[in-house]
Amino acid sequence: MTIDPAIQAAMALRMVDDTPQAVALGLRLISSSPGDAAMAVPYRADLVGDPSTGILAGGVITTLLDHVCGLAVLTAVGRDHATATLDLRIDYMRAAAPHREVIGRARCYKITRSIAFVRAVAFEDDEADPVATAQGAFALSSAGGAP
Amino acid sequence: MSDTEAERLASLLRSLPYAGFLGMSMDLAGDELTAVLPFKPALVGNVILPALHGGVLGAFMEMTALIQLGVREPVSRQPRTIDVTIEYLRPGRALTTYARADVRKVGRRIANVHVEAWQETRASPVAALRGHFMLSGE
Repeated sequence: MTIDPAIQAAMALRMVDDTPQAVALGLRLISSSPGDAAMAVPYRADLVGDPSTGILAGGVITTLLDHVCGLAVLTAVGRDHATATLDLRIDYMRAAAPHREVIGRARCYKITRSIAFVRAVAFEDDEADPVATAQGAFALSSAGGAP
Repeated sequence: MSDTEAERLASLLRSLPYAGFLGMSMDLAGDELTAVLPFKPALVGNVILPALHGGVLGAFMEMTALIQLGVREPVSRQPRTIDVTIEYLRPGRALTTYARADVRKVGRRIANVHVEAWQETRASPVAALRGHFMLSGE
């Protein structure tokens, strides 16, 4: 599948700049290529789940992983496509380190006519030492409407 | 609902910064706890529909499970999430979302919780979550 790199870059930027929840979390795009995407969420006091530990809330990691999976699906499909998360399974391996941004990296490893399958990992700087891993399935629509 | 329980719940919520970020609150009626997430534009993940961000729905249900566990089993430490599976059933529209957690099993260290989120009609949930939570430090 050929994808105009400029279109893809614009799509990726829209995912972080034009999505209200991504803006509210301060998500930052790191990279995107067909089927792959990475973005980061900053450490912020208002995103902490448990103030006694200062650790980011699990929900922040959930949203980061859902969002980066969505971008990996879009870049794999290659055009602005309506996608909807069917399910997302997240395993929390350990607490995220306080005062560090967390990176989410996703890979869309299989696309059928109507479904995209994605895996993702969240980490601070070493992908081999993950904070969390995720696996999800996304529904694709052909006409750009709701799947 | 006793004032003490309501106060404990309110102080638990206030102690969770991320609950404030989402803007969620808890309603206690008898022994039933309902989490409430009023709509605000910052929660949107799809501006065309518009629809709530899937991550927000997942996060809201996870917080609901954690708070339910915190109320049911007062412990010094907050439970920690081990894993969650989130199922998305319908788009979360620009409306108030509600959630209730059902604690299916509390073991010595691990609890299993199911959560369902809905908007106008409880019988038509927008999303569901199943998760395992660690109750004590390892």
